[in-house]
Formats: sequence, structure tokens, C-alpha cells
Amino acid sequence: MGVMSKRWRACAVVAATAMAAGSFASAANAWEPTRTVEFIVPAGTGGGADQMARVIQGIIAKHHLMKQTMVVINKAGGAGGEGFLDIKGAKGNPHKLVITLSNLFTTPMATGIPFSWKDMTPVSMMALDEFVLWVNAESPFKTTADYVNAIKSGPPGKYKMGGTGSKQEDQIITVALEKAVGQKLTYVPYKGGGEVAVQLVGKHVDSTVNNPIEGVAQWRAGALRPLCVFDGKPLPVTDKIAGDKSWADIPTCKSQGLDIEYLMLRGVFMPSGVPKEAVAYYVDLLKKVRETPEWAQLMHDGAFNTTTMSGDEYTKWVENEQKRHHELMKEAGFLATTN
Amino acid sequence: MEGIGDLLHGFGVVLSWANFLYMLIGITLGVIIGVLPGLGGANGVAILLPLTFSMPPTSAIILLSCIYWGALFGGAITSILFNIPGEPWSVATTFDGHPMAQKGQAGEALTAAFTSSFVGALFAVIVITLAAPLVAKFALEFGPAEKFSVFFLAFCSFVGMGKEPPSKTIAAMMLGFALAAVGTDTVTGGLRLTFGSTELLSGFDFLVAVIGLFGIGEILLTMEEGLSFKGKATGINPTVVLQTWKGLPRYWFTSLRACIIGCWMGITPAGATPASFMSYGIAKRSSKDGEKFGTGVIEGVIAPETAAHAAGTSALLPMLALGVPGSPTAAVLLGGLLIWGLQPGPLLFVEQKDFVWGLIASMYLGNVVGLAVVLTMVPMFAAILRVPFGIIAPVILVICAIGAYTVHNNTFDVTMMLVFGVVGYFFKKCNYPLAPLVLAIVLGDKAEEAFRQSLLLSGGSISVFWSSSLVTTIMALGLVALLWGGISRALNRAFDRRSRTA
Amino acid sequence: MSDPSRSPGSPGPGQRPVEMGVALFVLALGAITMIGSLQVGIGWGAEGPKSGFFPFWVGLIIVLASARNFWRALEISPARMFAEWSQIAQVRKVVIPMAIYVALVPFLGIYVSSALLIAGFMRWLGRYGWLMTLVISIVLPILIYFTFEDWFLVPLPKGPLEDWLGL
Repeated sequence: MGVMSKRWRACAVVAATAMAAGSFASAANAWEPTRTVEFIVPAGTGGGADQMARVIQGIIAKHHLMKQTMVVINKAGGAGGEGFLDIKGAKGNPHKLVITLSNLFTTPMATGIPFSWKDMTPVSMMALDEFVLWVNAESPFKTTADYVNAIKSGPPGKYKMGGTGSKQEDQIITVALEKAVGQKLTYVPYKGGGEVAVQLVGKHVDSTVNNPIEGVAQWRAGALRPLCVFDGKPLPVTDKIAGDKSWADIPTCKSQGLDIEYLMLRGVFMPSGVPKEAVAYYVDLLKKVRETPEWAQLMHDGAFNTTTMSGDEYTKWVENEQKRHHELMKEAGFLATTN
Repeated sequence: MEGIGDLLHGFGVVLSWANFLYMLIGITLGVIIGVLPGLGGANGVAILLPLTFSMPPTSAIILLSCIYWGALFGGAITSILFNIPGEPWSVATTFDGHPMAQKGQAGEALTAAFTSSFVGALFAVIVITLAAPLVAKFALEFGPAEKFSVFFLAFCSFVGMGKEPPSKTIAAMMLGFALAAVGTDTVTGGLRLTFGSTELLSGFDFLVAVIGLFGIGEILLTMEEGLSFKGKATGINPTVVLQTWKGLPRYWFTSLRACIIGCWMGITPAGATPASFMSYGIAKRSSKDGEKFGTGVIEGVIAPETAAHAAGTSALLPMLALGVPGSPTAAVLLGGLLIWGLQPGPLLFVEQKDFVWGLIASMYLGNVVGLAVVLTMVPMFAAILRVPFGIIAPVILVICAIGAYTVHNNTFDVTMMLVFGVVGYFFKKCNYPLAPLVLAIVLGDKAEEAFRQSLLLSGGSISVFWSSSLVTTIMALGLVALLWGGISRALNRAFDRRSRTA
Repeated sequence: MSDPSRSPGSPGPGQRPVEMGVALFVLALGAITMIGSLQVGIGWGAEGPKSGFFPFWVGLIIVLASARNFWRALEISPARMFAEWSQIAQVRKVVIPMAIYVALVPFLGIYVSSALLIAGFMRWLGRYGWLMTLVISIVLPILIYFTFEDWFLVPLPKGPLEDWLGL
């Protein structure tokens, strides 16, 4: 905490200096980017974070929300560590943003790569991504209870859970599920969410915890069946998607006897030591992005949880989430031994 | 035959002057992207994506997919002229393409490469048109064990064919596997072989290794032999295209086989790069001129190029039908679809008929337009070799450095590129084969990942690799390919004996 | 690459020591791979091989194959030449500027370094006139700048000059 308060003081000093400098100029002293803004994606192309970054890029370009251009750069190496280290190394650079997924917390814990969210400045929470328990539509499991009972009665590891990456959000949920059910599953890591969904359609695994947007196409086509959603309340979208079912019709896992809640941060951060005006500029920019119809469409298609935050509220949220992940990772035995 | 009606409808959607113009723009941009190793198709597509919001989705996707075609065509250019593969799938093209250029046959090599690209892509588009739903279903059959067997097959059909001493081939290939293992282990999520260095987090990228081993290594070899490209004496010959075309039909069987390999590898999500290696390997073994492969035979250009483009094209199908991108470029296209409110997946073919068949129709037209564009440029490209070495060499070095840098936006990769270059020079001089090394870097981690996923699924039982008929068949094919030399020798001997006794 | 003093008697280094050196280099890489694998575990767990299983065996095979290559290198006739000294010097003329270039890029950025590389190469090795050298070495990086940064929006490393110009 000592380090932190010093850091904040440093920020305040920088901000004060900047403001003092600004007051000399009579023109509007709002900060604006003066060169191309890099938007780092600490994940591969085609994943949820990448898609969101590219949608944001597209919206900004389409509605001319920024004078400078924005480029999306994927830095997926080391479970996203490559991207985060890039941000850590770009201290004070106000032309760099990063979109995060849960690997913001899990990667340093699982690999020992030296960075933490404290090496970055939180800008804005764009949304929270939901997780749904999916099974193949041809499987006999019609409800969560069916599947849970089958897992319980089978030998350990009989049922296979496909997921994205290792020691990340999908596996954390799987471990929580194992704990709730009291029986082991076999977790099989794949590279991307789309691939996981296809593996389930091809019956190579028995279930997945794909995000809504990763599973929706196969659900509409009648190949997958959602059992429950890992959130405290049902999803808000009530449009009919498959037959007469909508996202809102999927029961919460809690109501089905699985007391598991997990939401994934889709948030934007900047390097540390950037001027306050720059942060304010991006907070405002991303707010404008969220007000566009394209954004509403994405939120709707992906059945996102549209909670947004910025400023201190967001910082506090991230801090809590960091603690929670530490607990979850510790329980699952995923912490790197080098830590 | 419903497909044909839909296709005709698709042509109706696509055929307009505006769309034709977009095709030309897309192809030209794509060729530039393919030529410069620092730019991938994903760059071009990503950058144009925002511009396409003001167009109808069909026009936009035509523009973007034509960049994809252009990049496929363009990758061959630098491979042939400078031994620098602009894209990973053009590595195998360097094996005979560059020696042809050294012999003064750059025009022929380029013509053969472009024409083969066209043939491969066209074949794949026809497969998509006629069998889209069937093919999509087939792709679903591929779990980790099936994927591993495909990698195994690709490997087996390529290795064990060189003239180099076996211990050197093995050392080079295993070195490739070791390099591929550096970085994050996808199965456990942990790091390995990084020795605490943050630079090694993302491992050794294939492109960095290839730019170094092939591109820089080649310049060093050229330097050793004096300050010039070997055999640059070709004049600009405008009729080179027609002359080359006359000779091409002889290789129809090589082409057909490459088409089939390519489609197979594109649909099973192995991709264009292993397809090109596998096709080259099989062509080398079964050709009458097999011995001459690597010294600049046109068949050695046709085989990998055709397969790479058949694979690159057919890989678009799983993307549309299943929502799984086959390459980074395809992934960005996929992102584009989502912004336009098109949801890739099984229903895309039902709900967005105009769009899907428009896209397929644009594949036909884009290819034809692309071929016309690149063929007219052949004499121009071949003339690049006339630029004096003293100017072109540093330019190549700079372009290589940029290419290495852009892989991870990291100057460490530029250093690695130079190290690979020096290693490539010594390996080449000491008769270590580079191709197995490169193939192992490309396929190594993917094959290991599939292998370990299979074992997770089977609970550690290795029998998973002969548990289903599909896996068993592919694995058996792989073994046959691996042992083909021995088998064919035995067959020959048996045949000789019988003919003697008869 | 070692830089032995040029003995006037021999026109170049022998193939034998070079082959032995390359074999040892590869052997060392194999050994490093094995050490790295041991750090992450090389066993065969309940769920298949661990992280280090494959790399360990790969490393071992590299070591064995390299040992064989080393042994075979011993059989090479000492008379066989790797290359002539003059040829080695030619190669060094590219490797050394390239190494300097690679070292400069993080500090000067890629554009200035590239201009220096092209100019040095053209002037020193190509023996072009100053005018030609300057024109090409300045115009080309600018062309690259516009292609990559402006057109394809690919950011490349920049240095003090670019900062000063505000690019």
C-alpha cells in the first residue's frame, strides 16, 4: 500500500504540473492524442478480447471519435504476458491502451511473469463477459441436474470439459464445478473459444463453459444446449435465439444447485505514470464508444453484462478481483511455484 | 446441384463495376502485403476494415478477401527472387523457386507459382461450391487425436528424403522441435525453456527463424561467392508467361495431387504451411526427376504452391460454417463479419445466402482477376534481379529486419534473425538440411499440443491413436509415407525377381 | 566465429574444425534444452507427458546426433577447405555491419539505422558515389515510413530523430 500511495502521489504531482502548465495556455487545455494510439490485445486474433478491441477500433473510426488513428496489436505470447510486459515497459506513454481479460490476474499468478495490474492505470470497465455451461444438443443432459448427477455417478475424470487455455478462467470455473459436484472432470485446454465450441459440437468433449458469443452460433443451429449461466441473475437479453428460447431463459447455475458465480473483466488499462488528462480523455472516448448503436449490438449479440465503471470505483473493483483470483488460483493449486 | 443455382445467384450479386474495382484494389494491396515480410494479410485486412463500414457487406468482404488472395499470390515473389518467404506457406516454394531464379529462370518460376496458386485456389473453391455442408461436417470429426495424426502424416511424407547424412537431418529437425517448445506450454499454461528471460516468453517465431535462416543466410552465401546474384542475366521477356504455360500441362498429375492434399489439409485445420511441405515431399518422392528437386525444377514450384493455395482457400470454409478461423487473416475477417452483424456458423449459409454465395462467387472472380494482375507483373518482378547487389542487398537486409521486428514488435527478434542467419550460413555450408528444421518449428508445438490433448482425453492411454477408423487410417498412411523408400525398394526387388523367374 | 590469425600457408579454414564447431554448438543447444526440461519436469504424469517430457527427449536426441556428427567430422580430411580467407572476409563484411545495425535499432530507431546501413553498404561495398548513396539511403527509409506507419499503421521502432520531428 505504501508503494501505491506514493505512486498516486506521483500521479497527482504530474497532474498538478500538467494543469499548471495548461493554465498558461488560454486555449482549451483538454488532452488529445498526438500520434497513432496502439491498442494492445494480450491474446491471439479471433478471441473475445481481440474481437472487442477490433469492434472498438471500428466504432472509433466509423464515428470519427478520435483525430488520430488506432491500431490493434496482438501480443499473445506467454499467456498474454508479452502484452502486459509491453504496457509495463511503456511507462508514461499516453498513446497505448490494453484490453484485458482474466489473464490480467491469472497469468502472473500461474507463470510468475513479473507484472501486476498495479503496473497499469485503470481506465474503464467496458463490460463483463458471462460464462455458460454448454453440452452437446444430442446429449441426454437436458438440465444442469442431469449433467451433475451423471458426473457424480461416473468414475473420476469420465466427463471431459473443454476450455480456453490452461490455468485461466475456464479452468478456474471447472475446478469450482468439480468442488461443487464433488467429482473430478477431465479438463482439456484448447487455444481459442471458437475451437472449443466446435470440439463440443464434434463430441470430442462433453461440456464447455464458453462465453455466450462463442457458443451462440452453434446454439442457434441446434448443435449445442446451454444448461446454466454462471451469474447471480439471468442474462438480460430476451430475444428468441434458438426456437422459443432466449438468453434470459437460461437459469442461473445457483438456482440449479451449483453455487458458482464468475464474470470476466473486459476492461481497458493504460501504462502507469500517464497524465490524468490523458486518462480522462480515454474515459470519455470509451464512454462515447459505449453510446453507439454498434456497441449496443455487440452487447446484445454476446449477451454481455453491461456493467461499466471508471475511476476509483473501477480501481477498487480490480483490487477486489485480484484478491478473489488469488484465492481461486490458490485453492485450485495453480499458483506458480516460483512466486 | 443446388449449389450451382446459388452460385449463379452469387455472381449476380457480385458483378458490378464497383465490386470489380474493389477487387483490383484488394489484389494489388494484397500483393504488396505478400511481398513485404513485415506485413501479413491480417494487417491489410485490419486496416481496411474500418473503411469498409460504409459499403454494403458483400462489397466489403470482396475487398477484404481479395487482399487475402493477393497476399497468397504475393508470398511467392520474394521466395523465388531472394529466397525470403514473405509468408510461412511460401517456404517450400523457395526450395526450387530460388534455384530457378539463380539459373536465370525467375520469370518461369514466377509464372509457374502464380498459375499453380490459381489452379489450387480454383480447385478449392469448386470443392466449397459443391460440397460445403458435407465438408463442414467432415471438419467436425477432427478432435485432437485426428489432428495429431494429420501432423504426423505431414511430417512423415516430408522427412527422410534428403541426401544429407541422417544424423544431421535428425539433429536439425530436433533442433526445430526444441525451438518450437520454447515459451508457454499451452497444455499446462506454464513457461518452459525460457530460463527466466522475458524475451523468450513468446518463443521463437517461425517467421523470424525463416527470415534469418533463408533470407540472411542466402545473402551471406551470396557474399561469399562475390558481390552479385548468380545468373541474373535474364532480360525482360514479355512472352515468358506464354512459354511457361506451354510446358505446364505435363504436370497435371502433380497439380491434381497437390490440390487434393491442399484441400484436405485446409479442411482438417492443419493449414497451408504443412500442406505445402507435404505436397513438395510427396512430389519429390514420386517424381521421375525426384533427384533433381532442390536444384530448380518447375515441378518443385508447382507442387507446394498449388497445395498452399488450395489449403488457404478451403480453410475459409470452416471459418464460415463453424466460426473457427484457420489463420490470423481469417480471424480478422471473422471479426469483420461480427461487426456487420453476420454471425458465422452453420446458419450463415441459410440466413445470409446473398452474402455467402456472393463471397464464393467473389472467390472465383477474385482469383481470375488476381492471376491476370500478377501475371502482367511477372516481367517487372523478374527485372528486380537486375538491380545491382550493392543496392538491393542492404535493402533486403532492412526489409528482413522490419519483417522480424513486426512479428512481436520486439527488437529482440531482429537480433535473433541475425543469429539465425549466421547459423543458417554454417548449417548450409556443413550440409545440415534447413527444411526439416523449419517444418519442425512450424508443426512442433501444434503436434505436441494435439498429442497431449489426446492423452488427456484418453486418460493417458496411447491407444487413442488407433482407436477410430479415421485416426488409424491417417496414422497408417503416415507410416507408409515414412517407410515409402524401403517399401518401394522392396517392391521393386520383388518385381525384378518375378520378372526374372517369368 | 573465431578469428584465428591468418597463417600465410593456408588459403582458408578447414572444413574439419568448422564441422566440429557446428556439431558442438548444436550439442550445447541440445544440452540446454535438456536442462530446461528438467526444470519443468520430464515425467509422464497421470494425464500424459509433462511440460518437459518432449523437449527432454528432443534434447537428448540432439545431443546424441551431434555426438555422431562430431565423430564424423573427425573423419573429414584436414585438407578440405571450408572457404577461402577472402571469402570469409566477404561474409564478415555483411555480418559486422548487420550486427552494428541490430545493436543500433533499439536506440536510433529503425529508420535512422537503416539509412546508415544502406549508406554504409552502398558506399563501402558497392563503391557508389556519394550522391547516389545519399539519395537512396534517405529516400528508402522515408518510403518505408510511409508504407508501414502511414499506410498500414504498423508502428516500427523510433529513436530521438523521430521524437524531435514529432512523428
